[in-house]
Amino acid sequence: MADEKKLFKVTIDNITIEVEPGTSILQAARKIGGDVAPPAMCYYTKLKGSGGKCRTCLVEVASGSTADPRPMPKLVASCRTNVMDGMVVKNITSEKVIDARNGVVEMLLINHPLDCPICDQAGECHLQDLSYEHGKEGTRYEFERRTFKKHDLGPYIQLHMTRCILCYRCVFTADQLTEKRVHGVLDRGDHSEIATYIEKSLENDFIGNIIDVCPVGALTDKTFRFKNRVWFLNPVDAHRDCSHPKCSGKVTLWYRGEEVFRVTARKDQWGEVEDWICNECRFEKKATADWTIEGPTKVNRHSVISQGHYVGVVRPQEALYDVMGGRAPRLLMDIHDVSEVNRPEIDLSKLERPAHSTDFESNGADRPTK
Amino acid sequence: MGSRKLLLEKAHVPGIRGYDVYRREGGYRSVEKALKTMSPDQVTEEVKKSGLRGRGGAGFPTGMKWSFLAKPEGVPRYLVCNADESEPGTFKDRYLMEFLPHLLIEGLIVSSFALGSKSTYIYIRGEYAWIPDILEQAIAEAKNNGWLGKNILGTGFDCEIYVHRGAGAYICGEETALIESLEGKRGNPRIKPPFPAVKGVWDCPTVVNNVETLAAVVPIINEGGEAYSKIGVGKSTGTKLLSACGNINKPGVYEIDMTISVEEFIFSDEYCGGIPNGKRLKACIPGGSSVPILPANLLLKTAKGETRIMNYESLSDGGFAKGSMMGSGGFIVLDEDQCVVRNTLTLARFYRHESCGQCSPCREGTGWMEKILKNIEYGKGKSSDIDLLWDIQRKIEGNTICPLGDAAAWPVAAAIRHFRDEFEWHVANPIASQNRNFGLAHYADPLEVVPA
Ligand SMILES: Cc1cc2nc3c(=O)[nH]c(=O)nc-3n(C[C@H](O)[C@H](O)[C@H](O)COP(=O)(O)O)c2cc1C
Ligand code: SF4
Ligand code: SF4
Ligand code: FES
Repeated sequence: MADEKKLFKVTIDNITIEVEPGTSILQAARKIGGDVAPPAMCYYTKLKGSGGKCRTCLVEVASGSTADPRPMPKLVASCRTNVMDGMVVKNITSEKVIDARNGVVEMLLINHPLDCPICDQAGECHLQDLSYEHGKEGTRYEFERRTFKKHDLGPYIQLHMTRCILCYRCVFTADQLTEKRVHGVLDRGDHSEIATYIEKSLENDFIGNIIDVCPVGALTDKTFRFKNRVWFLNPVDAHRDCSHPKCSGKVTLWYRGEEVFRVTARKDQWGEVEDWICNECRFEKKATADWTIEGPTKVNRHSVISQGHYVGVVRPQEALYDVMGGRAPRLLMDIHDVSEVNRPEIDLSKLERPAHSTDFESNGADRPTK
Repeated sequence: MGSRKLLLEKAHVPGIRGYDVYRREGGYRSVEKALKTMSPDQVTEEVKKSGLRGRGGAGFPTGMKWSFLAKPEGVPRYLVCNADESEPGTFKDRYLMEFLPHLLIEGLIVSSFALGSKSTYIYIRGEYAWIPDILEQAIAEAKNNGWLGKNILGTGFDCEIYVHRGAGAYICGEETALIESLEGKRGNPRIKPPFPAVKGVWDCPTVVNNVETLAAVVPIINEGGEAYSKIGVGKSTGTKLLSACGNINKPGVYEIDMTISVEEFIFSDEYCGGIPNGKRLKACIPGGSSVPILPANLLLKTAKGETRIMNYESLSDGGFAKGSMMGSGGFIVLDEDQCVVRNTLTLARFYRHESCGQCSPCREGTGWMEKILKNIEYGKGKSSDIDLLWDIQRKIEGNTICPLGDAAAWPVAAAIRHFRDEFEWHVANPIASQNRNFGLAHYADPLEVVPA
């Protein structure tokens, strides 16, 4: 029986794969991977009912199916549209998609505070990635940006509504993971906000997961806030026997030196949590002794976190020489003529830890020791 | 002489709001006819034959919508009457419910029978605070007289009607937001598919229809679908209620058969009675705030030079570039003293305020458009703002979950398309624009006819 199950053929950006019926276009595209996978800011595989809201994952359906090959009149949200047999989808090969996505990114950014330099999410923020990969430089928005009052949500979680993109992921998380939902959206339109009833659901054992699902810095971990930048940390996979029946106990520990700065759930390559963890594991267990260490977390090469792993990073081939017909760019000024920074005798790629200011002390006495 | 009235014929009979007078005037005949002599499918068939199109805005054929309703064994089905009527310029459903409540109840009973809905809901906008009492009174009277409840007319059909008040949100008129709200949740539109015909209220098959649509089922059953379809022209059958407002002598609710011209509707004494104070016609939004605004010259005649008629096909003749839509029948007339920029700003403010905020283009784009329009209106606009506005509306349209995004984009698009020079005048004359109006300009000049 099982092997008789018919698979659907779907072509996305000229690549054809076979998937099970009931697969969304987004999941099919993720199977292909790379740039073919549309960006998703609100959809979350584990959260029932999520998706459809942010509109970053819009794609063009050039042909609905073999049975009904007509194109779909509008772009569709790939996260909430299932594939049909013989469907033809255009993502990055569609001008319309690229144009619409530009628009969505712009809309998401016009009221965003862009306070990345002081935001804890910076470096692992999906909105940063999105705007870098799919946005346009500059903004056409010339008005004061929307702000919200900060709410105190108790000892563990900080809500900074001004950064929120209203993806509703935290609402679904609170709804589906915690016992009594007292978390939702108040008001509507551009003045809608995540409800402060969240304070109450904070007492719940699993509410910490809303930090992990939040694509931006609207929900952050108070036990980690302002302690460190994520790219200075080394992520390490670990587990423990958690007594909470619903907690997986599988986490990522974020080290700097010997110190565990924070604990998060493990995330897959799409930035989605693999297994939920309880508040105790997340907020209370910050000693190496609490955990069985498995080894360094695999970090995506694109991630800013990979810049902490200096050794062994493969440099991409430099195309500039080819573009310039073999000529090397003319050096107008060597920075070392005027500055002590980045002294050429210190090879940053040899450091096994992040660079410190002491590596650049002007007397040049202390060279890297390792 | 006036055209035939099917809905408002008895509106002025004293006491028609009460059961006794309504019944004496021939009320509830359609329930007797349908329940005693017809099967549910036959009722649906008559509605199909009538050519009735939804009166809530989209104009989808009602009979066809009913035949799409899924009918799985053992699962209840629901009929929901959409009385959220919040589209600016539209107030026809209010008139029906306030003055002829039994007509709606009668239509609901017949429609519930056709669809197999044992619990039927009227979802009414919160601002119509006094109407639920009127409806509930009518429901109680109908029940006391055996038209509702268990085993109606001894046919074995059970039906109850409940009135549910909304909390005052335009978006709850969108059918899936309405369903969410009816279930007691936040009124966010659902992502479709699944459509309500398959998964609606409490995930059961549901039909949502407008008040006027359901009231029109009464004359259709009484006179037969065929007879109903002979009124009007083409795919615009039967009669249509229009709520006329703006710069006209006689604002109000009118019932027309869809054969009269737009010009007649505005200027004849039977309808709007012309424009007050000898002013000239500048523009009109013929079908509620969401539909494209048209300048006088394109309103009265189509781009082909034909007389524009008050019906679905003729109003939309020329597509979005040169036409508009019948929409919900909210007919808004602007005279030469009205400023299109200001009018567009007012609408943009409305949509910004009413967006549910789920999808980013609508949540953010509506606010952005309002801010830019405000600048232009108050003499702070730049010439690049007009193209920017155009681009923003383009990025919203078609890229959102529900049609509110489109409804916010279209008025801006149409205003720029037809009145661009008025926008440019505002930008170029920031001081003058604060003291006087652009006026009629060339908007009523006859257009050169492009032969087809
Ligand atoms: C934002 C929005 C608001 C709407 N408001 C109403 C309304 O107030 N009344 C109504 O009947 N239909 C309204 N509609 C249309 C409904 O979604 C639906 O199409 C209609 O109730 C179907 O009934 P009909 O087929 O009888 O027209 C609205 C649609 C949208 C997108
Ligand atoms: S707080 Fe974060 S997770 Fe919640 S809606 Fe806002 S962006 Fe999404
Ligand atoms: S288009 Fe606007 S009103 Fe409709 S679902 Fe999206 S945000 Fe809500
Ligand atoms: S991820 Fe599909 S709409 Fe947000």
